[in-house]
Amino acid sequence: MKILHWLALPLLAAIVGIVAWAALAPVQFASREELFEIPKGTWARRMAGDKVEILPSRIRLTLGVHDVLLLRNLDDVPQVFGPTVMMPGQSFRLPFEVASSYNFACTAHASGQMTIIVYPQPTSPWQRLSWRTIALWDAVT
Amino acid sequence: MTMRERLNRIVLLLVLLIGSATAHAEDASALKAGVFEPPREAPDFALPGSNGSELKLSAYRGKVVLLGFGFTSCAAVCPITLGTLKQVNKKLGAQASELQVIYITVDPEHDDAARLKKYLSSFDPNFIGGTGSEAQLAAVRKDFGIAAEKVAGPDGSYTHSSFIYLIDRQGRLRALMPFGHVADDYVHDVRILLTAP
Repeated sequence: MKILHWLALPLLAAIVGIVAWAALAPVQFASREELFEIPKGTWARRMAGDKVEILPSRIRLTLGVHDVLLLRNLDDVPQVFGPTVMMPGQSFRLPFEVASSYNFACTAHASGQMTIIVYPQPTSPWQRLSWRTIALWDAVT
Repeated sequence: MTMRERLNRIVLLLVLLIGSATAHAEDASALKAGVFEPPREAPDFALPGSNGSELKLSAYRGKVVLLGFGFTSCAAVCPITLGTLKQVNKKLGAQASELQVIYITVDPEHDDAARLKKYLSSFDPNFIGGTGSEAQLAAVRKDFGIAAEKVAGPDGSYTHSSFIYLIDRQGRLRALMPFGHVADDYVHDVRILLTAP
């Protein structure tokens, strides 16, 4: 019983530490841009029967810290990418200024839709904790 | 001209070149809409227009064009978008004469030129609509990456791309404004495109 007690204490301390970090540490990203690229040779791979998925059907952004969608077509042919057609070598940079859920008709996805969810910038401890919980949930599901 | 004067001229030229390149980059990144870089020439099309004439995109070179796709029975997206574009024209004042709104139907079965004219005029008489055969319109949608699909059911509704393309005076596809932006965002971007080189 005493051994269990001594094991539970460090575990509890670790959980409290993680929750405190999740609530207090500011949400930061290396860049405000969420970048997706169509690599060279994608069209050839698709023609060969590979199912190449580049853009997820749901993208998560956060105002103020990570709120720009950046798409690049590095392939040699035009590609339907996200909401639009992109020429070889072309990029598309879409900034967001309002937290909301944005739906785009997108033929590249089986559902025919691409959704971009823009969350408000988490500024309070509770918002940061919620934001990180949702991010963790999105990562594991 | 002395060597010093020549050097001064070269330095001035370089400063002007760098300045103009930077200004262009700033213009593009300052848009509220999503920006294409480098911009490509907008695919041209020729369709029966709601004004009774041929609607050719290239005929609007010299103006900024806002190009959208929808249908007259649309209950959700199109009335909001067209209502916003009506406000844009109003807010632009005299500059509105340098802007053309073009709306192309995804429902040629119901939207002939007369119906498009009546519908668009209810928002703004200067808006021009485009219709055509299913094959003609499908080709235009493909060129612009527009998705449109008829929804199964008796009401003949469609799901369709809801954004608006911004085309500059040179006929280049510069940007894409997602659904939901307010009139002021369009006005902001149109003014930048009107003043851009």
